[in-house]
Amino acid sequence: MTETTIKHHVSDALMMAYSAGTLPEAFSLTVATHISMCDECRARLGAFDCVGGSLIEMGEAADVAENSLAATMALIRKGPKQDAPAPRMRSAGLPAPLRDYVGGGLNSVRWRSVGMGVKQAVLRTSPDASARLLYIPAGAAVPDHGHRGTELTLVLQGAFVDEVDRFGPGDIEIANEDLDHTPVADIGADCICLAATDAPLRFRSLIPRIAQPFLRI
Amino acid sequence: MTSTNEKRETANEDWVTCIALIRDDRDERAFARLFAHFAPRVKGFLMRSGSDATQAEETTQEVMATLWQKAHLFDPSRASAATWIFTIARNRRIDTLRRQRRPEPEDLPWGHEPEPDQADVLMLQQESYQLAGAIAALPDKQRVLIEKAYFGDLSHSEIAEQTGLPLGTIKSRIRLALDRLRHEMK
Repeated sequence: MTETTIKHHVSDALMMAYSAGTLPEAFSLTVATHISMCDECRARLGAFDCVGGSLIEMGEAADVAENSLAATMALIRKGPKQDAPAPRMRSAGLPAPLRDYVGGGLNSVRWRSVGMGVKQAVLRTSPDASARLLYIPAGAAVPDHGHRGTELTLVLQGAFVDEVDRFGPGDIEIANEDLDHTPVADIGADCICLAATDAPLRFRSLIPRIAQPFLRI
Repeated sequence: MTSTNEKRETANEDWVTCIALIRDDRDERAFARLFAHFAPRVKGFLMRSGSDATQAEETTQEVMATLWQKAHLFDPSRASAATWIFTIARNRRIDTLRRQRRPEPEDLPWGHEPEPDQADVLMLQQESYQLAGAIAALPDKQRVLIEKAYFGDLSHSEIAEQTGLPLGTIKSRIRLALDRLRHEMK
């Protein structure tokens, strides 16, 4: 289940914000997908959730309404708002949180070509950040780009190399304003990544910059 | 601190029993006890996180109703009662306050056992309360930082900029959780 060779993990700040529930949806999706592939980060999340539990336990209590318990019992008797979702299955190479957004496995992804063999599929999340799947053919590059905000790139399949390191399945790269990089897919296999950003990417060369509004990235 | 921890551990054992009674017998008295302890704390937490009193009351009732409905999913070898209730409250808060989905990690393939190993439950409990004790004992400045992160007053990049976060406290808890996870998988 877990990728044993993962070198690049979710940072403490991202993990704490995910546990606190304050990340934009696209980032939460990326963190949840990484955790699905990484036991170490699953254990870390357990510890960060425990911090939240401590805050509930030790925090200030607020008086509840006089009829609060009775109102809750009435709510319980009405039954749950909706039926429990069907158990989530892992199949066709996508971890469960991603399957929920794709609506199936890898073969259900609706790719759109963005040129030079690179394909992408934008996933529907809240507008405070965006998430997309990227398909980079073996040996191809994603144009040199910088970032205004934070960009998370999680490798699902294959690997990419950039100025920082090599990133294989389960590895996550956390990039900010300071990093200009040109990720190149490893020559051995096509690379599929989940990329999430809270700001539009800035491409260095002219053509991708013109194309940017059409790509929705 | 030790005596406080012992008290808290005993309390958690009671809450674990209450949740089992709700799961097995739909026991309303056990639920009322849990409610009296946790509902005001959940409401306080939601109000600190930006809900007004009316919204917080409504969400608290939903959180406590979810506890009843999902009692069969509670695994005391993975989380204390307070931690589990925190995750329910957090998810409701994202739903109601931010109107977003909360992507959750894939469930572990072996699922959870109906009757988890008591030794695991005890160890988890001790670790949880050690962590709670360590947070309670932090200097005010550091504790306030953690509270701000969990009440939603700091973004992830603001958290990353903080240098005073006492992450060492959390890290000892992680090592034990990881050991247990690997143990379970064998």
